[in-house]
Amino acid sequence: MSTEVMAISSAQQAERTWREALHEWVTTVDHKRIGLLYIGFALVFLVIGGIEAVIIRIQLMAPHSDVVSPQVFNRMFTMHGTTMIFFAAMPILFGFGNYLVPLMIGARDMAFPRLNAFSFWLNAFGGLLLYFSFLGGSGLYGAGSAPDVGWWAYAPLTARAFSPGSSSDYWTIAVLVSGFGSIGTAINLIATILCMRCPGMSLGRMPLFAWLYLTMSGMALLALTPLSAAQLMLLVDRYLGGHFFDTQAGGSATLWMHFFWIFGHPEVYILIIPAFAFMSEIIPVFSRKPIFGYPVMVAATVCIAFVSMSVWAHHMFTIGLSSYANSFFAITTMVVGIPTGIKIFNWLGTMWGGQIQFKTPMLFCIAFLFQFLIAGLTGIMMAAAPFDWQLSLSYFVVAHFHYVIVGGILFALFGAFYYWYPKVTGRLMSERLGKLHFWLFVLGFHLTFDVMHIPGLLGMPRRIYTYEPGRGWDSLNLIVSIGAFVQVISIAVFVANLLISYRKGAKAGNDPWDAWTLEWSISSPPPAYNFASIPVVESRRPLWDLKHPEDPDSRYE
Amino acid sequence: MFVLAITGTIFIVVATLLIYTLVKFRATAAKANTEPAQVYGSTQIELAWTIIPALIVVVLTVATARVIHAIQDAPKPPGALEVVVIGHQFWWEYRYPTLGIVTANELHIPVSEPSGPRPTFLQLMSADTDHSFWIPQLAGKTDLIPNRINELWMDPDRPGVFFGQCAQYCGTQHAKMLLRVSVDDPDDFDAWVQAQRQAAAQDESAADGRRVFETTACINCHTVRGTAANGRFGPDLTHLMSRATIASGAAENTAENLRLWIENPDAIKPGSLMPAMKLSDSELDALVRYMQSLR
Repeated sequence: MSTEVMAISSAQQAERTWREALHEWVTTVDHKRIGLLYIGFALVFLVIGGIEAVIIRIQLMAPHSDVVSPQVFNRMFTMHGTTMIFFAAMPILFGFGNYLVPLMIGARDMAFPRLNAFSFWLNAFGGLLLYFSFLGGSGLYGAGSAPDVGWWAYAPLTARAFSPGSSSDYWTIAVLVSGFGSIGTAINLIATILCMRCPGMSLGRMPLFAWLYLTMSGMALLALTPLSAAQLMLLVDRYLGGHFFDTQAGGSATLWMHFFWIFGHPEVYILIIPAFAFMSEIIPVFSRKPIFGYPVMVAATVCIAFVSMSVWAHHMFTIGLSSYANSFFAITTMVVGIPTGIKIFNWLGTMWGGQIQFKTPMLFCIAFLFQFLIAGLTGIMMAAAPFDWQLSLSYFVVAHFHYVIVGGILFALFGAFYYWYPKVTGRLMSERLGKLHFWLFVLGFHLTFDVMHIPGLLGMPRRIYTYEPGRGWDSLNLIVSIGAFVQVISIAVFVANLLISYRKGAKAGNDPWDAWTLEWSISSPPPAYNFASIPVVESRRPLWDLKHPEDPDSRYE
Repeated sequence: MFVLAITGTIFIVVATLLIYTLVKFRATAAKANTEPAQVYGSTQIELAWTIIPALIVVVLTVATARVIHAIQDAPKPPGALEVVVIGHQFWWEYRYPTLGIVTANELHIPVSEPSGPRPTFLQLMSADTDHSFWIPQLAGKTDLIPNRINELWMDPDRPGVFFGQCAQYCGTQHAKMLLRVSVDDPDDFDAWVQAQRQAAAQDESAADGRRVFETTACINCHTVRGTAANGRFGPDLTHLMSRATIASGAAENTAENLRLWIENPDAIKPGSLMPAMKLSDSELDALVRYMQSLR
């Protein structure tokens, strides 16, 4: 960089009352605060979704259990899925993007700060609305409470005939509203990344984190629209006499499936691509080498974005599509595995020849590599449609997607927490507690989700509140549930670490990890204005160039 | 197994490379304060690990497409048995159009010998929400979707009783929409067909119960062939006692369970669409005796 970077510590905060502080947080348009709001809300919903999962696992520990009624169980799995996807995963990933993207590209804020705040509050209110259903879902007919139609809300189960009361409407409107928030943040990220990069930072020089969030935002725009459209159509069916999905009047159940999965499949790539972003920033720093094959990583990501829009009906292999349709989707699903595999090889290539430091963020990334590899391979197995005719709708699928979401995304998120917490708070998280959290979570995760594949292979379908003894599923389900309890303990350790480190953590300084992207050039926590003067960059790793003036990247790129 | 072999091999290769990397290239005290060679990439390596997976995908897709066509586009041999399956919340209706049989919840099909194949071709329909027919040991699953007719065939090569259950969430009692398929030797199957074709058994000692049945709402939902009862909303009860279970597998077919099911279905399957019939004790006893006469 040709200008000096001033490491200015945060200005002394004037004394303010708790009311003033609350007002500041509620009315903020600062991307860093909004990012933290997203992350905070998402962590709360993550815990709530986790409680719902624990209730499910307690019920399924033994056959013919009656810990909860079938009605409550069906609400639990519906709310667990809906909460985790829309009110835990999406917001936490948008939160990290919000906080870090402007810092990484040398900008002072997002392109549209007020849209940013509006999008967050849409998401937050959506979450509150969904949970209000527990109180208000009884509706006019005294039926229903929280939605119990599954997180895909398949038609015609959501029709008035089969879901009386308002529970399905809470699902529809809460997700619809939060979807608009996601669209707003996606627009904001795209505009910010395309228009607000600092001088010298061409698209080919911005961190992979920015490329991946750019791609993810583009996909969000494309994917959320069909879902919102379908939800509006469902509301028309339920309240305005429409029959889009109303099979009793000639409507089509498969129409909903197509709309939902045209959203649903890109959605899971929208969730994993930010996890790839975390991996692509953390692994190089702890291997002490630049990312292997930056241009290929960008190309692979864009490839994934396009191909993933063409695979949706692999969620519909059992609904009776023609053999030609099934073959097409089987092929595209396997093809999307190629760029994804390339990314795994590139991370491996980054570590190869490096000096790997096994600090907590890196531990989580290493676990991601193994686990995401397995998850991808079980996905390839199910892409073979005839195999999927057995495995679909069984616990094999549940194991597969939790392997991706928990074993992949959540592990990468934990890595990201340990890596960027020092930047946000100015203090390092405890390495001891971090390693305890890591090993406990690895144990619990594998106990639950490795074993869970087996009942699926033995014929156990999903979304059942109880099961028959003697099918060979009993002890397996018990082990799965025990793993869940271990994960709960691990999360408690993580939350404790977050809270304790805030007061007692070692001071981090600007750059505790000896990293190379722009956010490490400013103070921890950053000042409200991010950069005293906008940086000018000459390579992909501006801080490497500063620290190694005899051998800067700019000489080789 | 072929797919598993390929994915298993990929896992072993990549995982081994990962473990090797973690061990060989870990940071050591000796190398502290130095940075390793800053390698940006390698076009040859990128090409290699793009082309090899692409080839693997080509192999897998060819194999997959062939199996998809073989199963979905399989021609129906002349000896095939045709069964129509209609999914309901939360029970299964079976109609054998060529044999003139209607029954519920427990399917009987003939075993299929290689010398004279007799597969069963099922047409799958739904009366209400989505369901899915899945007997893991006999075939992959296919969904039952309202306003749509799906097809599934099974070609069982040995007799026995096979279990499964509905695999597409269809409402409160999705979990207890169980499946029971009896694959019979040809003689047993013919005997079963003959028995099912008969109208309901007329047992004079159960006449009281029959009167209860015919004068309450039972006949609105259930059919007993040969009587006034021709309801289609609930399972056909003409040969109820030929089944091992009631409530689509939720309980064994015993007098006690029958009594409990009619008196308080929520005790067995809460949320099912069978109403509690609010009969007196004597009516209930008589009715159960009548049910037990429907062999």
